[in-house]
Amino acid sequence: MKIHEFQAKQILKGFGVAVPGGSVADSADGARAIAGQMGREVVVKAQIHAGGRGKAGGVKIAKTPDEASAVAAGILGKKLVTIQTGPEGQLVRRVLVEETLPIERELYLGIVLDRASAAPVFMASEAGGVEIEKVAEETPELILRETIRPGFGLQPFQARKLAFGLGLPAASIQQAAQFMTALYRAFESADASLVEINPFVLTKDARLLALDAKMNFDDNALYRHEDIRKLRDLDEEEPLEVEASKYSLNYIKLDGTVGCMVNGAGLAMGTMDIIKYAGGSPANFLDVGGGASAEQVRHAFEILLSDKNVRAVLINIFGGIMRCDIVATGVVEAARTLGVKVPVVVRLEGTNVEQGQQILKESGLNFTVANGMKDAAEKVVALAK
Amino acid sequence: MSILVDERTKVLVQGLGREGAFHAAQCIAYGTKIVGAVKPGKGGTTQDGIPLFDSVVQARQEVNPRATVIFVPASGAADAILEAADAGIALVVCITEGIPTLDMVRVHEYLKGTRTRLIGPNCPGIISPGKCKIGIMPGHIHTPGSVGVVSRSGTLTYEAVGQLSALGIGQSTCIGIGGDPIIGTSFRDAIELFNADPKTDAVVMIGEIGGTAEEEAAAYIQEHVLKPVIGFIAGQTAPPGRRMGHAGAIISGGKGTAAEKMAAMRSAGITVVESPAEIGGAVAERLAHGAEVKPDAIWTSGM
Repeated sequence: MKIHEFQAKQILKGFGVAVPGGSVADSADGARAIAGQMGREVVVKAQIHAGGRGKAGGVKIAKTPDEASAVAAGILGKKLVTIQTGPEGQLVRRVLVEETLPIERELYLGIVLDRASAAPVFMASEAGGVEIEKVAEETPELILRETIRPGFGLQPFQARKLAFGLGLPAASIQQAAQFMTALYRAFESADASLVEINPFVLTKDARLLALDAKMNFDDNALYRHEDIRKLRDLDEEEPLEVEASKYSLNYIKLDGTVGCMVNGAGLAMGTMDIIKYAGGSPANFLDVGGGASAEQVRHAFEILLSDKNVRAVLINIFGGIMRCDIVATGVVEAARTLGVKVPVVVRLEGTNVEQGQQILKESGLNFTVANGMKDAAEKVVALAK
Repeated sequence: MSILVDERTKVLVQGLGREGAFHAAQCIAYGTKIVGAVKPGKGGTTQDGIPLFDSVVQARQEVNPRATVIFVPASGAADAILEAADAGIALVVCITEGIPTLDMVRVHEYLKGTRTRLIGPNCPGIISPGKCKIGIMPGHIHTPGSVGVVSRSGTLTYEAVGQLSALGIGQSTCIGIGGDPIIGTSFRDAIELFNADPKTDAVVMIGEIGGTAEEEAAAYIQEHVLKPVIGFIAGQTAPPGRRMGHAGAIISGGKGTAAEKMAAMRSAGITVVESPAEIGGAVAERLAHGAEVKPDAIWTSGM
């Protein structure tokens, strides 16, 4: 789960991580009021879940409250297109109005799971304020890494190692180490999957702050973080995906013409792959999970068919415990209730597969029965042309 | 033969709620020796004919299971794994999906230095066809034979197994290692076991996007494995940065793509098919041609 910059800063502040002073506004007047209260130059920052906001014109300095209002008016209610939003951009509903800082150095701090060592890794780099992935690819030696020993957290000696490695002035080492250990404590306590401070700033008056903050959370752990779960912003998510999650359907929209409905994530990915292999383009990933009941299948159909690009649907169900005749009955019922018009190819496998196929053939609906994944993919791609 | 589980393996169930009870009954029907289940507070009673125990330790003392299978919900599953490890259980199969990642980071650390091998979590389990089924896979699609299968997926594994069985190619053992980013047994671990099993003649590995486990396995295979290995990587068409169902199936920072995995696997001499429908056929072809001779491998693997 993702949250906004201002929310990440609030959470980090609670853990003792230094962040710039500022408040959130959802109107130009609100921005003016905050700037007035702060009585100094501010920066107005678009709050969307994507990065690259600065380069896209979503981060602007304002010297007076009137300027803050004008800048905010130019950002709020408009779509901001960044390298991470895609060409459609994302509507900006809020701005963060924050104190500007006299920046001496811009650095990078990040915490992420390192799968290979099965532990979080704390990264630091002098290359702050730029795309870290580019740094990782072109100059990996500029990224310092400390692996966290599970159960111990980031030890002060590790934090000092990183602080010295960043070439911070001697007078700032202790403060930097405290900043980093507090940052790791936030990561672990909140069950984050990613924490990124880019840039981590040393000011001319020797303060260390998080100029930007990004926090992503482990979806599996949200059950034990009600306060974080409440921060979910549905406006930032794809509507069909939000709808699907209500029914425990795992749906990801793509941009092809063949809708797919499959049980199991691996098989669903494999189904997308074989559609491409057969010369077609998958419209989505959809895992109906273990329970392909009539109701689940109906919800899945509804979501798939909300995507106007879909010209044909492939249902690929490998019924292990689930019997194929039950699945077929559910599929027919759902299609009938919804009045599904697009051609549907159904491939069933497992217990009672012949009975299932018979039910589909006798339904009188526009169903094509397929044998095996290759046959199913070829048939649906032909029907989607 | 088989690896890890066979007709003698005694199995304990942790978590006998609706899911656990249903699947335990299915395993018993398959022939698995389920010797008890843990339900704290219900020790001394039975459920569906299965003796209940208050703890894994108590079950260990009374019925000495070699393995446990965990159906405990996500919020308690990591603790269940630790309890089994603390009681000295040799094999723990955790079916549960949705365990927080940092819980598994802690479990992984805890298990170091114990005698416990963990399979999963978020996996369908392990089956040696005709002998022992520990998990939720449909037993009837499997046939006993000599091909080992290791996979991160559930239903995609059944797809591959279905293809093999239809071609008359049986399986020695099928291991679902699970779809999470932190798991107990990796591809490399499973393949090492299959490599040492005299009755496993070939291995099928079914991977997916995310992480570097397939690349690590490929490096191991290059050095140590002469038996034919056939592979498929799901997610060739997956967009970057999105979690494709499985918590571990995500292309992150440009890393973990299907293309990279397939290239690494091919360099190691693994036959990698692009279509999931071709897995069975590729195995049949490799088996027909026998184990390939890799001159370099003979010199480096101490033979």
